[in-house]
Amino acid sequence: MKKFVIDSARLGAAVAAALAFAGSAAGADDTITLGSAISVTGKYSQEGKNARDGYDLTVKMINERGGVKINGKSYKLAIKYYDDESTPARTAQLLERLINQDGIKYMLGPYASGPTKAAAPVIEKYKIPMVEAEGASRSLFTQGYRYLFAALSTSEQYLAPAIHLAAELAHKEGKKPSDLRIAMAFENDPFSQDIRAGVEEDSKKLGMKIVIDDKLPRDLSDMSATLTKVKALKPDIIFVSGHTKGAATATRQMKEMGVNAPMVAMTHCESANLTGKFPGASEGILCPTQWAETLKYKDDLYGTAMDFNTLFKKTYPEYNIVPYQAAQGAASVEIWADAFRRAQSLDPEKLRDALAATDMETFYGHIKFGPAGNNIAKPMVLRQIQGGKYVVVAPTKYASDPVVFPRKPVE
Amino acid sequence: MWENLQILIAAPVFNVQLILNGLTVGAVFALAGYGLALVWGVTNVKNLAQGDFVMMGGYVAYEFGKHGLNPMLALVPAAALMFAFGWLAYRLVIRRVIQLDLFTSLLATFGMAIVIQQSLNLVFGPDVRTARSGLGEIKMFGGMVEITEIRLIAFALCILLAAGMVLFMKKSRMGQAIRATAQDARAARVLGVNTDRVYALTYSINAAICGAAGVLIAMIWVIQPFYGIAYSVRAFVIVTAAGLGNLAAVIMTALGLGVIEQYSGFVLGAQFQQATIVGLLLAILIWRQIALKRQRKALQ
Repeated sequence: MKKFVIDSARLGAAVAAALAFAGSAAGADDTITLGSAISVTGKYSQEGKNARDGYDLTVKMINERGGVKINGKSYKLAIKYYDDESTPARTAQLLERLINQDGIKYMLGPYASGPTKAAAPVIEKYKIPMVEAEGASRSLFTQGYRYLFAALSTSEQYLAPAIHLAAELAHKEGKKPSDLRIAMAFENDPFSQDIRAGVEEDSKKLGMKIVIDDKLPRDLSDMSATLTKVKALKPDIIFVSGHTKGAATATRQMKEMGVNAPMVAMTHCESANLTGKFPGASEGILCPTQWAETLKYKDDLYGTAMDFNTLFKKTYPEYNIVPYQAAQGAASVEIWADAFRRAQSLDPEKLRDALAATDMETFYGHIKFGPAGNNIAKPMVLRQIQGGKYVVVAPTKYASDPVVFPRKPVE
Repeated sequence: MWENLQILIAAPVFNVQLILNGLTVGAVFALAGYGLALVWGVTNVKNLAQGDFVMMGGYVAYEFGKHGLNPMLALVPAAALMFAFGWLAYRLVIRRVIQLDLFTSLLATFGMAIVIQQSLNLVFGPDVRTARSGLGEIKMFGGMVEITEIRLIAFALCILLAAGMVLFMKKSRMGQAIRATAQDARAARVLGVNTDRVYALTYSINAAICGAAGVLIAMIWVIQPFYGIAYSVRAFVIVTAAGLGNLAAVIMTALGLGVIEQYSGFVLGAQFQQATIVGLLLAILIWRQIALKRQRKALQ
């Protein structure tokens, strides 16, 4: 309890300092102030902090290098934050405030798809461009928004590298991708169903057959009926997505019921702590991630992904591992800086066009926006649990280790 | 759907897997179910915190596992702790609402459920937790059917506890006092039964049973501060379908629903598991209405 009080006091002080700094800087005419209404308190407070730490680190790095040069004049970057209390309604209110009262013309995203969904109509209304990195829902990019740009891969791509890897491996074995049979178990919530839609689309393209398509109920943690079916039908691929509960339940019950397939892929492996909880049973499972520090991406500001990892930990010693939320936050500010440089203007409309034309390499991956504003250049990467560690196995271009295939049954 | 049915006919061995899974799933739910039936029958309090008692028991097992002890050892301590907690809850809350109308007791137990959930969330955090029993699996039919030993233990324990409860109710003085209170509290009081103590004991026994169920659930599935609701709902479905005051019927219903749920998941898909259960409950209630009407007609 005491620790909590101290932590929140420190957090409060830090936020107040950040706000005061941003407030004073906003007035100066050699400063470009970005705005963000993001979780400081509420259910996403931890993830919100990750994202903010990423934003702040890039701002610091760019300012240390003299800021952004526009028409021969150097501008420093700053960010004005408000706490949206992790509630979408607050996000929308605070964006109005940032735009109308504080005169912010360049936005960074909030945390999570919900608040981002609430933010998008506001920025569209005022024609203020926003670069976000923490809202992955596919539905954000089907509304025809013009001012929304996302650095991360959207939810329907989460399992795409697994499908493509399966097709690749099938070719190697002299089989056709259309010979492969898929079993899917996805939780019945919008995020997991987004992922399911992506799998369905990709498998259709490759002619794979879906033999099991179960939607897991949200409040029941038993998959035995579905897994009995898997046992009977012997599919080539098992896909599971159901947040931490789904990953933990599937891993445990597959072992208990002696269920296996040549390829098993699921989301939320890291947050379910599969390697810690089920050291044997989790071997060989494939897990998608937005970013990993072992990837070979690099840029001029940070160097390689591993350089970013090291610098981030040095700057914020409270982190043991660097969450991908921080990495994509840091990349968003790089995207803004790049747009300012290319547009050579402070006009939001010109900046929007510059953002739309973004085509850059970062330590977080390649950034290039599609017509809907989502990043179409950065693939999800697939890691496999090998010897209790996560190693990148796909796409093959970025792989650090070969994939173990077929997955061996767990003893 | 037809393809899945064909599998069951072509490879009957999968029926064994479904039935075994169903019975063992049902057994765990039966524990929460007959605790609820007991409290409901005796005190007429519908305990909405049922599933949250289960979660509390689960966290005792989790703590055991965290400190390097086998979570199986948590069964008795969890039951004892929850018995004490039940007693406290009775003294503090239930006692004050037991004579009041239905909504007051529903509100009180619902409030208790929220307090338990949030307290668990504060203490243990919102992460999904499990406990490892360290037991293995039993393979049958050349590995085609596999069932964990912990599930079989849960099943045996459910039957054992039920038999113990029946004996306790029939043979012991306290059991007789409980049954007398359930039949007519006022008459029991007149005859010298301390009904307040009977209520307290019933509520505590229920909490203890839930605690034991929670320990098993932590080893079979997962626990989380807010997952109790699923067990509360299932306990209500079981008791509503089985009727009060008949322990054997409660257990049979719980096991039956467990098996039906597995079949529904296999044939129709996991998304229909709960719908099947609730649909079945509806059918039972309608059928019971019709049967009652016929009885009334016969009486006229």
